[in-house]
Amino acid sequence: MNRFAYTRAGTVAEAVQALAADPAARLIAGGTNLVDLMKYNVERPDRLIDITRLPLDAISEHEGGLRLGALVPNSKAAYDERVAARYPLLASAILAGASPQLRNAATTGGNLLQRTRCYYFYDEGTPCNKRVPGSGCPAITGVNRIHAILGTSDTCIATHPSDMCVALAALEAVVQVEGPDGARSIPFAEFHRLPGGEPQRDTTLRHGEIVTAVDLPAEDFSGHYTYLKLRDRLSYAFALVSVAAALEMDGDTIRTARLALGGVAHKPWRNAEAEARLQGRPATPESFREAADVILAEARPYAHNAFKIELARRAIVRGLSQAAAGTPQSQTDKRIQ
Amino acid sequence: MATTNLHVGTARSRVDGPAKVTGAAKYAGEFTAPDLAHGVVVSSAITKGRITAIDASAALAVPGVIKVFTHDNRPRTAWLDYNYRDQVAPPGSPFRPLHSDAVVYGGQPIALVVAESFDLARHGASLVKVTYAEEAPNTDLERNRDAAYVPPKKRSGIKPPPDPRGDAEGALGAAPVRLEHEYKQAIEHHNPMEPHASTVVWEGDGKLTIHDKIQGVNNTQGYVCSVFGLKPDDVRVITPYVGGAFGSGLRPQYQLFLAVAAALDLKRSVRVVLTRDQMFTFGYRPETIQTVSIGADSDGRLQALMHDAIAGTSTFEDYQEAVVNWSGLLYHCPNVKLGYKLAKIDTYTPSDMRAPGAVTGIFALEVAMDELAAATGVDPLELRLRNYAERDEGENKDFTSKALRACYEEGAARFGWSQRNAEPRSMREGRELVGYGMATGVWEAMMMKSSASARLTPDGRVEIACSTADLGTGTYTILTQIAADALGVPMEGVTTRLSDTALPEAPLAGGSWTAASSGAAVELACRSVAEQVFRLARQMDGSPLANADFAHVTFADGEIRLANDPSRKVALADAMRAGGAEALEATETAKPSMLTTMRYAAYTHSAVFAEVRVDEDLGVVRVARVVSAVAAGKILNLKTARSQILGGVVMGIGAALEEESMLDHNLGRIMNHNLGEYHVPVNADIHDIEVIFVDEHDDKASPIGVKGLGEIGIVGAAAAVANAVYHATGKRLRELPITIDKILA
Repeated sequence: MNRFAYTRAGTVAEAVQALAADPAARLIAGGTNLVDLMKYNVERPDRLIDITRLPLDAISEHEGGLRLGALVPNSKAAYDERVAARYPLLASAILAGASPQLRNAATTGGNLLQRTRCYYFYDEGTPCNKRVPGSGCPAITGVNRIHAILGTSDTCIATHPSDMCVALAALEAVVQVEGPDGARSIPFAEFHRLPGGEPQRDTTLRHGEIVTAVDLPAEDFSGHYTYLKLRDRLSYAFALVSVAAALEMDGDTIRTARLALGGVAHKPWRNAEAEARLQGRPATPESFREAADVILAEARPYAHNAFKIELARRAIVRGLSQAAAGTPQSQTDKRIQ
Repeated sequence: MATTNLHVGTARSRVDGPAKVTGAAKYAGEFTAPDLAHGVVVSSAITKGRITAIDASAALAVPGVIKVFTHDNRPRTAWLDYNYRDQVAPPGSPFRPLHSDAVVYGGQPIALVVAESFDLARHGASLVKVTYAEEAPNTDLERNRDAAYVPPKKRSGIKPPPDPRGDAEGALGAAPVRLEHEYKQAIEHHNPMEPHASTVVWEGDGKLTIHDKIQGVNNTQGYVCSVFGLKPDDVRVITPYVGGAFGSGLRPQYQLFLAVAAALDLKRSVRVVLTRDQMFTFGYRPETIQTVSIGADSDGRLQALMHDAIAGTSTFEDYQEAVVNWSGLLYHCPNVKLGYKLAKIDTYTPSDMRAPGAVTGIFALEVAMDELAAATGVDPLELRLRNYAERDEGENKDFTSKALRACYEEGAARFGWSQRNAEPRSMREGRELVGYGMATGVWEAMMMKSSASARLTPDGRVEIACSTADLGTGTYTILTQIAADALGVPMEGVTTRLSDTALPEAPLAGGSWTAASSGAAVELACRSVAEQVFRLARQMDGSPLANADFAHVTFADGEIRLANDPSRKVALADAMRAGGAEALEATETAKPSMLTTMRYAAYTHSAVFAEVRVDEDLGVVRVARVVSAVAAGKILNLKTARSQILGGVVMGIGAALEEESMLDHNLGRIMNHNLGEYHVPVNADIHDIEVIFVDEHDDKASPIGVKGLGEIGIVGAAAAVANAVYHATGKRLRELPITIDKILA
């Protein structure tokens, strides 16, 4: 860990100004990821801008939906009565991640900005294009059991580690940001990016921009949803594959389908064609398998992660079945339903 | 003298519990000293090659950074390999930190940055620039199988495979049922909660007090004296608490060498604590490839058994463990041939990890036995009974005791084994396939030479002292119980001091021998004190015990009483006052009986039953129930004993389903070197575990009837789970860990 200067921002404008002024500055809120990255020498910020005192920790009504301030802790979001009642998919996804202690410290904005848990990214003894652009990607030919099967590039096969973001992708949340050029809204699907030739860039945030809030649209899918997370142990592990499924049903027929996958790509993965195909179809395993086939047709395996394709196929079918039946996956039972 | 057994054999809470939960218990990295300097280790980025340059100028330019130690400026230490060999070093040339520019394994320590604070040292470490001449690493055991060799020098304390008996190849060829399969054990790291740490306190005049994470302070003392040319009088090692070790603390590790080197060079106190990542840069359970060949008659009676293992070791030491020997021991079989080889890879030397060798070997043997059960249509439990060994046929000895039949019977009854439908995939509940599996566990019941002292004062207080370590296992508690019963005082009246080289010497705490060894020493020392106080009681004017014989008295409630007439009694305090004794002390040494060891084989046994639930579509496995029935002689403390077995079973579930250190063979580097990605079971993975201790009287394994419990809990657990997965799914998985990808494959 390097030595760094510390600044506390009193207003969002101050934070934006400080961040814009110093390319080597980083924001710190919960610090649950950044501090680890600093201990690993992956992040070596010259300056930490503490934003924990900014007035961004409220959950409020917004255009028929809810607005989560960027500093709302994950646990507060998950256990908020309005979130739990109206966006149980989001609450469930949050509770599928990390541990109670981490969720108490981690924030909404920080969750969006957490970095991949690729082994190589964390180990400064190895090359990594995301950590040191142009240095190479040993994961492609190395230990890649946990890596991406969709949207990869020849420079990076890392996955995005968040559970919360998978639910936000399915809910089509909107990210509010403020930067040197003012405020703007970013649809969730456009917030995270694929690695392409610039794996060092996880998001479409511009220099100096700060996430201020995440807006949840009115359509909440509280009747038919699930967050199904499959991993190497039942708690405190990142997803091998996760599925956020949200349906609107007409009896046994699917009216609207949203489906986002975690653990398979550099961002929460959605496929418009697969979702469109589910519309008007009966909620049967056959329909679900067909959607899974569409999503996974473009999947590309590496030496150790081919199983993820079949696992994702089965998880999609199970997740959609749980959502259609109105029997979402419990995050407290010590079992997969 | 008769003992009351008021405490021994009952359930007692840990005497060290309050200190641990309040934080009063200090671990090696928590001791401090005036003017303490802090060292942070720089680890090699390459696995094999040479360091061409280390540029520490940026680190040294940081105010507060004191010195950067590298191979270029390291203090002089002993010249000969011999001096670096600790009590349990395997044959070879022990790793010497900062010895030269050679890099021989990934993550090797190559520099120590010492600074006025931990933060400055860590910052300094991040500024050290190292350049290397890199060579291609060789870490893939599979690719080195052909180069495997029988270790030319045996590791002390590890029995090589016994000579073949009968004609295994011939009998195998003639057997009506034949099976031959390969089994694999992944690399596992111990990952105790407490990271390795050494706080070296500079006492002036070259004298050191060392707080070191170690399973036996005498090993640290011996190593430091030998490597740095110090006298034992100048090096005192005190480590009252150890936060889990599982074998990782048997050998002094590199942070000790570095902290001592820095302290001697700087003439000030230095602390070095390893990071969690660095906990993956020394000993581990080695990757092992095994072949088990079984020949049996159609009723499942063994005709031939062959078990061969190839285990990875470092390029510089021949680490060895008993992997295959169990196959010649556990079952009656006339024709047995066992083989054990090593293959060198560019890793650090493996080290003993909870039931070393047995976890690996018994997994293969007991899955193979399950395969034999399936092949012959014999119930797996019945198969074990048909092949039950009444004697140790490998060494041709009788057992000191063996209540394994009771383990099978009581475990099966409690588990409900009779409800098992023999057909794989025949039991299900909803989406889950249900599987029942079982396996046998076995581990050595060893006793080692150990000393201990006891001291009684007229206030009725007893102090017990012994250099053995309590790794979190309950040693403080059981020694306190033994002393309390032996001298008839309450447990609260006994203070037990451990892990200090100033105390009577005990062996390393390992091998499950501590209870038997140091427990026997404590009992001897207490008995000696009891005799002294009894003599004083008898000599009192008008003593009610004047004509009593020591054999006929009982110590209870702070009194010495005639066993058959408790009204004739003398208080301990009265006897000591009358005799003018300020304190009565004794130091005694307990040793194993050579005659018994030569004539008898001493083992603990277990029968492990597991129920797994496998989601048929998703391949998710959960271990819904485990029953572990254990035969381990006398159980000193039902509570800490149960905890030992619970911990062993949980670790066994980890080995079965989760634990694996993943090597990138291109880089020669373990990649999942943290607790986020190296998975051990969490609470959500663990369901019901029931522990049964069957009655087993043993008057030979140790003088106090104890066989030891530290390791038996893990042995067989992984095989029981793997066999249950087979029963649930019909899929025979022979590679650990059984992860979701293997279930789906």
